[in-house]
Formats: sequence, structure tokens, C-alpha cells
Amino acid sequence: MEKKTCLYDRHVTLGALMSPFGGFIMPIQYSNITDEHNAVRQHCGVFDVSHMGEVRITGPDAERYVQHIFTNDVTDAPLGQIYYGMMLYPNGGTVDDLLVYKMGENDFFLVINAANIDKDVAWMTEQTEGFDINLDHQSDYYGQLAVQGPEAEAVVEEVLGLPCQELKFYTAKTLEVAEGDEGETIIISRTGYTGEDGFEIYGSHEFTQQAWDKLIASGRCKPCGLGCRDTLRFEVGLPLYGDELSADISPVMAGLSMFCKLDKPEFIGKEALAEQKANGVPCKLVGIELADKAIPRHGYAVLTPEGEPVGEVTTGYHCLSVDKSVCMALVKTEYAKLGTPLAVQIRKKTFPGVVVKKKFYDKHYKK
Amino acid sequence: MANFEAGLYYSESHEYIRVEGEYGFIGISDFAQQSLGNVVYVDMPEVDDEVTAGEEFGAVESVKAASDLISPVSGTVVEVNEALEDEPELLNKDAFANWIIKVQLSDPTELDNLMDVEAYKKHCE
Repeated sequence: MEKKTCLYDRHVTLGALMSPFGGFIMPIQYSNITDEHNAVRQHCGVFDVSHMGEVRITGPDAERYVQHIFTNDVTDAPLGQIYYGMMLYPNGGTVDDLLVYKMGENDFFLVINAANIDKDVAWMTEQTEGFDINLDHQSDYYGQLAVQGPEAEAVVEEVLGLPCQELKFYTAKTLEVAEGDEGETIIISRTGYTGEDGFEIYGSHEFTQQAWDKLIASGRCKPCGLGCRDTLRFEVGLPLYGDELSADISPVMAGLSMFCKLDKPEFIGKEALAEQKANGVPCKLVGIELADKAIPRHGYAVLTPEGEPVGEVTTGYHCLSVDKSVCMALVKTEYAKLGTPLAVQIRKKTFPGVVVKKKFYDKHYKK
Repeated sequence: MANFEAGLYYSESHEYIRVEGEYGFIGISDFAQQSLGNVVYVDMPEVDDEVTAGEEFGAVESVKAASDLISPVSGTVVEVNEALEDEPELLNKDAFANWIIKVQLSDPTELDNLMDVEAYKKHCE
């Protein structure tokens, strides 16, 4: 039985197409994916991302613990700084990719993928031995909205009345709001998963519902489903756990080494990654652009021009922002060079293509 | 709400066939196009290809998913709806007006295995 977010009834009222995702019943689209996609690229859209998980790590050893389980380096981070990175198994496989917010000295807010919440919390709990920390799993408390697009800053400031203009890319702050009887503290960050400027806002269910209602009533912000969230993140080359990262796909294979700081004294999986960096990996994530219109889907075979299977598609679309049929695929390393001719098997037909950068559309972050 | 057109034969996998003499026009139902959402690509066979009842002959792709097309009858493709190559969204505009392939039926008794509109309506409930 899938869980519902605190906005479930509102999605149904708006006529959303609802579908299971990551253990939740989530809106895939309200009107249609293309319109919602374009609203985020050109104006502003709001996503219910309350399915995401939140874990708060506090206590005297909180920083040392985060450094131990997380690939990126949070040492000497200023308050409010956010880091993207992964949690790894000792063999370098990926437990999850996540954001780490530094909320105070020895006070970190971790945002994890919905589908991995149970697995991640169990993993994190297993790693606490020898650390004096408090691990508080807060997924059931927080709702989360993502307001994304070039007009997001104006919408958040003017419709929600939340000052956010001075927030830099990948920073967060807390705000006291008067919603509810006693008011509450929310978290707002300049982050997102669309390649556009935007904000993610974490608050109680009551706050999240009220903020959603204001955004929809304003008419300045289109409700957007997970369908276009996937097309938007895909176009700008952002990975999705389960597609581009998994227990079998390390950050080195996925081309995400820049988020793994091998100069840190230690973190789980460091030795395995160092070995992969030194000796190479058997397969790598690439972009493939097809010559003709067709849609390569997750799991379709990637072939050499001679028909030998050398990999698999991880995500593919007919790209909405640029009129091209493209995919990300995990292929044997010897076929991963830019310009290598490859083909994708789509049902009974084979479509020729070529290895390209796995970013099909440029990000428009406000830094 | 989906439209249901009378006088056609329907399959459980939501294809319809409109029979005219020895020919049939095969497409997807309005119910099917609504469930798919925005159609962005239609993968069609070629003229003179053989299709077999119950077997895949192409696919309709929405942004999110590919959905196989299953032929309700056996026969030979005599025409494909080329308009769908440039405007796949015609399936969303009017699924019944925009058939996908025209086939010459090899065994008209296969039509007896399909549903009429009333049975198909119940199937969609």
C-alpha cells in the first residue's frame, strides 16, 4: 500500500494522473508533461516533493559522522551551505545520492530519495557505532515543495512572502512563519532538480498545504508532476537513483567523481573509489544521440554498429527542450569515448547513434 | 470521460478495428489515448508487412512510456497513416478518426473474438 503525501487530496481535486513512485502515490501529470515541462523552463512550476526523506544528525560527533558516511567534504562549511554527494557501500556501489545541509555546528539536515528511505535509515543507523550523535528520522514530519523556474524567486517572495532573494545557489536558511497556532520554523534552500533556478521549502504538513494553496491560487505557478520532473532533470544530465546510480553503479562509473573527495581522511567506500579511479571501471555512463526520431527507454540494449551488445539505456526521451532523441546509457568503457558510433535496439528495430555529452540542455542556475 | 464509438470491434488491449468489406482500419481507443497521455511517437509497420491477431505490430509512445500495439486480427498491411509520423498527437485529438494501419483481413472469423462497444465499455470500468 503506497503512502500519500499531505497534498494527496489536492492532487486528486486538480485531476492529476496518480501513480506509484518510491513507495508513494504521486502526481505524474496534471495537464500534460510537455506543458508542465515548458512552464518550468520558461516561467514557474511547483512540485509536491513531500515523498523525499529527511534525517537530522546532531550531537558532538555529527560532523565526523557525516564525513564518514558521505562522499563530499563538509569540513569548515559555512552555516547554510549545502553539499550534493553519495553514501556508498564499502565496494563503491551507491546506497543513495543525497543533499547535506549544514544547519549549525554539528547539526546536519540530510535529504534522501523516497524509494530509499527505509534502506538509507537502516544503513545510517548501522554506521552510528562509535559516534556520539542523535539520528532523527523526520520524513513523516516534513512536507516539501519545489518551486522551480526563472520566475521562482519572484513567486516565492511575492506569493509566499518568504524572503529568498539573497540566498545563493546551494545555500539554505531557516525562517519563522506564523502558520498554525504557534508558528513554526521552516527551511528554504536555493536548490532543485530541474536545471532551472528555484527553491525547495521544507515545513510541516499544515504549512506545506497552505503554501501550496497560495501558489495554485496565485495563477503564477503551474502545478507540475513527477513526469516533467524526470524530463527536466534528464535533459540537464542529473542522475536519478535507480537509473544512473545503484548498488552496482558507483559515482566513478556515473561520472560523478567530482562529488567524491578522495583527499578526505576517510569515508565509507573511499578505498574502492580510489582503486576505480586508478585502474579504471568496466563501464561508464554516457549520452547517446540517435540520428532518427525514436525513444530509447530504460533497459533497452545498446549495441555496436555490428550488433554486439555493449550496454543498456538508463534513461531516454525524445528531449522536449531540444528536438532530439537522446538517452543516458551505461556502456563498456572502451565504447564510452565521445563520438563513438553506437546503436540502440528499440523493439524490433536498431537505431544508429553516437556518444555525446550526457547533458542535452544547459542549466540556468542563478549563482 | 472517454468516448466509445459504436459499430467497431474492440480488443482487451484497447485497439479498435473498423471493418469495411475485406479491409479493417486499426487504431487505439479514446480510453487508451487518455490513459497514455501525450502521444509523442507512433512506431508503425510498413506496407505489405504481415500482422497476426494477438501479436505486436508497433507501439505508441507517450512522454513517459511505450505501449505496444497488438493487432486484433491477422492480415496484410495495405496502408499506414503517415500523418501520424509528423503529428502523433492526432491520436490525442481524435483517436477514432486517426486510425494507425489499414489491413486486408486474412480471416474475418477472428472478429468474433473481439468485443462490441457495450462489452468494451464494461471492460474499461
